[in-house]
Amino acid sequence: MEDKTLYTVTIFSENTVGLLSQVTSVFTRRQLNIETLSVSPSAIKGIHKFTITVYSNREDIVKVVRQIDKRVDVLKSYFNTDDELIHQEIALYKLSTPEFIKIGSAEALIRRFHAQILEINENCVVIQKTGHYAETQALFEELSELIGVLQFIRSGRVAITKSKIERLSDMLQERERKNSSL
Amino acid sequence: MNNEITGSEALIRSLINEGVDTIFGYPGGAIMPVFDAIYDYKDKVSHILVRHEQGATHAAQGYARTSGKVGVAFVTSGPGATNAITGITDAMMDSTPMVVIAGQVASTLLGSDAFQEADVVGISQPVTKWAHQIRCAEDIPAAVARAFYIASSGRPGPVLLDITKDAQFGKIKYEYKKATFIRSYIPKPEIDPEEIKAAAELISKAKKPLALVGQGVILGSAEEELKVFLEKSGIPTALTVLGLSAIPTDHPLNVGMLGMHGNIGPNLKTNECDVLIAIGMRFDDRVTGDLKTYAKQAKVIHFDIDPAEIDKNVKTTVRVLGDVKDTLAEVTKLMDTTTHSEWLAEFKPCSDREYNVVIQEELFPTSGSLKMGEVIHKVSEATNNDAVLVTDVGQHQMMAVRYFKYKQSRSVVTSGGLGTMGFGLPAAIGAKMGAPNRTVCLFAGDGGIQMTIQELGTIMQYDVDVKIIILNNHFLGMVRQWQELFFSERYSETTMKNPDFCMIANAYNIKSRIVDKREELDDAIAEMINHKGSYLLDVQVEAKGMVYPMIPSGTCVTNILLGNE
Repeated sequence: MEDKTLYTVTIFSENTVGLLSQVTSVFTRRQLNIETLSVSPSAIKGIHKFTITVYSNREDIVKVVRQIDKRVDVLKSYFNTDDELIHQEIALYKLSTPEFIKIGSAEALIRRFHAQILEINENCVVIQKTGHYAETQALFEELSELIGVLQFIRSGRVAITKSKIERLSDMLQERERKNSSL
Repeated sequence: MNNEITGSEALIRSLINEGVDTIFGYPGGAIMPVFDAIYDYKDKVSHILVRHEQGATHAAQGYARTSGKVGVAFVTSGPGATNAITGITDAMMDSTPMVVIAGQVASTLLGSDAFQEADVVGISQPVTKWAHQIRCAEDIPAAVARAFYIASSGRPGPVLLDITKDAQFGKIKYEYKKATFIRSYIPKPEIDPEEIKAAAELISKAKKPLALVGQGVILGSAEEELKVFLEKSGIPTALTVLGLSAIPTDHPLNVGMLGMHGNIGPNLKTNECDVLIAIGMRFDDRVTGDLKTYAKQAKVIHFDIDPAEIDKNVKTTVRVLGDVKDTLAEVTKLMDTTTHSEWLAEFKPCSDREYNVVIQEELFPTSGSLKMGEVIHKVSEATNNDAVLVTDVGQHQMMAVRYFKYKQSRSVVTSGGLGTMGFGLPAAIGAKMGAPNRTVCLFAGDGGIQMTIQELGTIMQYDVDVKIIILNNHFLGMVRQWQELFFSERYSETTMKNPDFCMIANAYNIKSRIVDKREELDDAIAEMINHKGSYLLDVQVEAKGMVYPMIPSGTCVTNILLGNE
C-alpha cells in the first residue's frame, strides 16, 4: 500500500433529507473509511457544512470530491491537508470522583493538558479537552493509566482554512446574479 | 374552492406542461390516485401499460434515446419501485434522461414498515441524478419542474420522485413554472477560452490525431458541429458503442468502433496516435482495457460536460469543459484546416486484415450453420441501413453494433454501461414510440429475450410495430465464449432448453417464423420487413459462434484476439 495522507473534505450543501447518505456513499464506493465526520449549519441560513476526514491519496481524493460536487444539492466541496488548516476536536472524559481525589495530582494534570473541569459531583468528574487528535488521545491514555476513564467521547474534526475568507456567499451571489441576468 | 385540484391531477398537468405525451407504467395501491387522474387526460397523454415495472423503465429509456425527450415511467410503491431500479441504474450509467414517478405509502405511515412500503429514495439515491420524496400536494408542481430540469440538462440522467399517497389526494391551487435555475447545480460548465485555445493549437499541430466520439455528441445534439469539426481537421474518427450513429457508418473519416469487440484499426491506433481527442465519452474499461498501457504515447484532449469525468480514468493534457455543441464549434473556429490522408490510409490495412480474417466469414459464409453476423448484415441491408437498432446484451449485441449500419443519429438503443440483459424488448417498444416513423429492429439472444418476454403483451395490446430477431444459439453465448476462452471450455450453466418462440409469439397474436437454413433467410427477412406490424423471427444460429475481434478484459488494447488467424 502506498502512503496515505489525512485529508479534510469540506462540503457545503442544501439542508436536504438524505444528503448525508449521498455523500457517504461516494466514499463507500471507493472503499474509503471515514475517520471523522461533523455536520452543522453554516454561517449562511439553510446551508449545512460537512467536515469529513479520510486517509487517502491525492488522486483518489480529487475524484471523490468531484463526485460529491456533482450531486445536485451540493453547493461546493473541496479538500485540504492539515498544513492548510486550523483544526480542532473536542473530547470529554468521565472519571470516578473518589479515584480522581485519590491521585492528588489533579491540578498538575489539568494544567499540563490545558483541560477544563465541567462537572464535579459525588459520583463523577467530567473533564473537557480541545485539541488535535494526538492531544486528546494523550490525555485519554494518561488518565486511563492513572485512574481509569469511565466514559470517553471525542467529536469529529472542525476546521477552518488559513487562506482567504470563506467565499461561498460570494459564489452564491454570483450564481443568483447570473440567473437574474439571463 | 372549485379551482383547486388534487395533487394527482396537478402531477398530470405538470407532466403535460413539460411536453410529456407518452408514459410507461403499471398501477398499484399507492399510485392509484395518479392513475385515476390520468383517466381524464387520455386525449393529451397516452399511458402504456407494460407487463413489469422493469419494462416501464427500459421502455422509457428507449423512448428517450430515439426521441431526445425525457422518458417517463409510473410505478407503485414497494415492489413496483424496486422493480424499476434496474432500469433507473441503466439510465444512470448511460446518461439517459428519465423521470420515474413512484407512489409511496401515506406520510403518516412512513417508516412503519407499512404494506408495500420501501425506502425508495434511500435505495435509488446512488443510482439517480436526483431522488426526492414529496409529502404534500403543494410541492408537486415545483418538484416535477425541478425533476425535468435536472433529468434533461447538463449530463442527463434519471430522476426519481417518490410521492406519498396523501400528497396525491391533497388539494391545491395549480400553478406551473418551469425550472431553469438551481443554485447548487451547474449543468453546463462555463467555457474557458484558454482551454479552447490550447485544444485548437494541439489539434492543429497534431501529426497523427485520433478522435474518439461518445454518446455526449448525440445527447448534446452536436452531430453537425462534430461533422464540421472533423471535416475541417480531417481526423480519423472512432466511435464508442453508445456514440455509434453520431456520424454515418459510411463517412470517409469513420474508422470504426472502439472497445473490447471493436475494430482492429481504432484500437491499435489508439496506441500509435500522437493526439487523442475524446469527445463526450468517458473512457469506460470496455474501451480502454488496461489503463497502464492505454495511449501512453499520446497527448489527450478531453471534451466533456461533466467535470468528474476529467482525469477519472485517463490523464488529460488539455481538458475542454462544456457542452460539446459549443466547445466543438469554438475549437473548430480557432484550429487550422488540415488533412491527414496518409495517417488515415494507415487504417486501411487494419480493416483489410479484419475483413479477411473475421468479417468475410461472419457476413458471407457459404456453408455451415447460420452466423449471427450474416443475419444482422442482411437485416440492415433490408432496411436500407436506416433502421433503429435495439439490442439486448451479449454476443448478438456486439455483433449487431459491429455489423448494423447507420445513416442518421439516434439509431442505436443498447444497454452500454450496465449491460442489462432483458433491456431489449421493452426498450424496443419505447424506441418505436419515440420514433414512430422509423423501422425498429430488435436483436436479442435466446437468454435475454426470456428475461422480459412478457412485454410481448404490451406489443400486442398497443400494436407496436417492432421487428424482433432472436439470434438463437441455445446458449448464454457471451458467457459461453468466455468459458471457451478463459475457463477451459467448462460450460457451467450456459446451455438453455428454450421454448418454441413462435408458439409464444402466436399466443400474443404476433406473426412469427423460424429459420435455420441459409436459403430461407432472405425470404424470411423480407417477409418480416414487409409485414405490417410486429414480427418475431427466430433464427437458429451457430451454437458456438464467437465474437471477434476480442481484447480480453483488462489487457492492452493492442492485445487483440482474432480467432482463427
